[in-house]
Amino acid sequence: MSQTITSDETSASDGPGSSAAPAIEAHGIHVSIDGSHILRGIDLTVRSGEVVALLGANGSGKSTLVRSLVGILPTTHGTVAIHGTPLGRDVPWQRIGYVPQRVSASTGVPSTALEVVSSGLLYGRRIRLPRSARADALDALGRVGLADRADRAVGELSGGQQQRVLIARALARKPDLLVLDEPVAGVDHPSQEAFAATLTALVEQGTTILVVLHELGTFAPLISRTVVLQHGTKVHDGAPLVPLGDHGAPGHDHVHPHHDEEPGSSLIQDTGFPS
Amino acid sequence: MTTFFTELSGMLTDPFMRRSLTAAIIVGLTAPVMGTYLVQRKLSLLGDGIGHIALTGVAVGWLVGSTMGLVKSDALAIPGAVVAAVLGSVAIELVRERGRTSGDVALALMFYGGIAGGVLIIGIAGGTNANLMSYLFGSISTVTITDLWLTVGLGAIILLVGVGLSSALFSVSHDEDFARASGLPVRGLNIAIAIIAALTVTVSMRVVGLLLVSALMIIPVAVAQLVTTSFRRTMMVAVGIGVAVCVVGLSITYWLPQSPGAMIVVLAIALYAVVAALRPLLVRRRTESRDPHPDILDDVTLDQGAPRCSA
Repeated sequence: MSQTITSDETSASDGPGSSAAPAIEAHGIHVSIDGSHILRGIDLTVRSGEVVALLGANGSGKSTLVRSLVGILPTTHGTVAIHGTPLGRDVPWQRIGYVPQRVSASTGVPSTALEVVSSGLLYGRRIRLPRSARADALDALGRVGLADRADRAVGELSGGQQQRVLIARALARKPDLLVLDEPVAGVDHPSQEAFAATLTALVEQGTTILVVLHELGTFAPLISRTVVLQHGTKVHDGAPLVPLGDHGAPGHDHVHPHHDEEPGSSLIQDTGFPS
Repeated sequence: MTTFFTELSGMLTDPFMRRSLTAAIIVGLTAPVMGTYLVQRKLSLLGDGIGHIALTGVAVGWLVGSTMGLVKSDALAIPGAVVAAVLGSVAIELVRERGRTSGDVALALMFYGGIAGGVLIIGIAGGTNANLMSYLFGSISTVTITDLWLTVGLGAIILLVGVGLSSALFSVSHDEDFARASGLPVRGLNIAIAIIAALTVTVSMRVVGLLLVSALMIIPVAVAQLVTTSFRRTMMVAVGIGVAVCVVGLSITYWLPQSPGAMIVVLAIALYAVVAALRPLLVRRRTESRDPHPDILDDVTLDQGAPRCSA
């Protein structure tokens, strides 16, 4: 946890917390987990109103990057600032919504969709729910099309619905920056469509989005910039990439049989070392 | 029938029994509140670990009491247990937070060190293992007025934190990563849970004993979640069950010369068995009408003339 405040020119001139500061500004991020060096010096700036897709193969460090940007993982080197404020207690946490990759394992005690979404109304130093919590949580559930399932146990919902509950949890505090980690991985088609509609509406309202994706898919029309990671370093940052061959065609099946041209290569990539 | 009420009023006017019942109700209220968070965090056995460490605290309190020449050498046993349990549970939480594989071994060292240390230190203090038995298996009938006030005070703290901060504690127990990404004081909340878990163990110590504390934290929650779908309701039902088994179990031992702690835990397990057996009847109507994945389209259809089987 060495997040020192740097006197970066842009944030210093704008002043911390000013609306002109980038939504996310990261410099020289290095992250090591259990001795393996996952991220190797990443700079990333997401300006207000941008919709940035973060692409890369399994093990390239996409999830690790977003997890360190929102403060889940400590960085070994580098600085992260959210809306001009270095990561820490003073970040305007109510302006950030984080959607994790869906965890299929349910927790020990059952909890309803409403209870899970309500936990999104707690942030920063706000550790008690406001009076309007129920209405706010129901509103967020409504925005992902699950208002009628508020009192159902999350474990009883389908995978796609569980993912939408996690999105509603992030939306509950009405953030202007959304960070999503593979939001549609393994999600059924109706939920994917509901999700794309929700995101489109958010983008129209000016929400800044950083989304980890395996493929652009239904998101392609929304994306304003693409960042590609390879082995923990940034190899592309700019215009959305044109997919190879027919990969971008609607209905293209992205599930391929394994060819095993390089046996064991995926394991090597997972450790974050260049092969 | 008259004899039943005479007996009952006899029990309720007995000053020892009144004190014991008050302690039992406090334990029945607090243990399941704490247990709900522990079950959600998949730390069901944490209470057990804290209990082991608390035994060393009991012995240390005893040692301090006897060196200071106090009239009652066990006067400091409960304060000793409180201090040891709080220190131990915070240490466990810090080990857990680091998430190292060696954490498992560190926990085992603390658990067994707690028991062994307790037995050795009580020997040094001039006591015997028999002195420890009342802490290991509970001795609710020996609850003094001082013990009772300590129990009431600690119980109030547990309920104040456990219920008052329930949303934040739920958030951090349900999805710690999300809580971190929301800027919540995750470490502070985790340590709060560790401390009130430790206080719950020491409060329950006199009623069910350190070896059975965990049962009273976990079993009511296990029974409750057989029939509930929400976190809040699970906690409420568990508290109801906790109070009921504590009061009924203790009352039974007013007439039957048995260990109250063991009676309470056996009752709770029996209740679990009954509810688990009746569960299909209790929740059948709810699950029958529910397709687990109602919004998933059937992508395999029999439109092309495949015969439908007749079942």
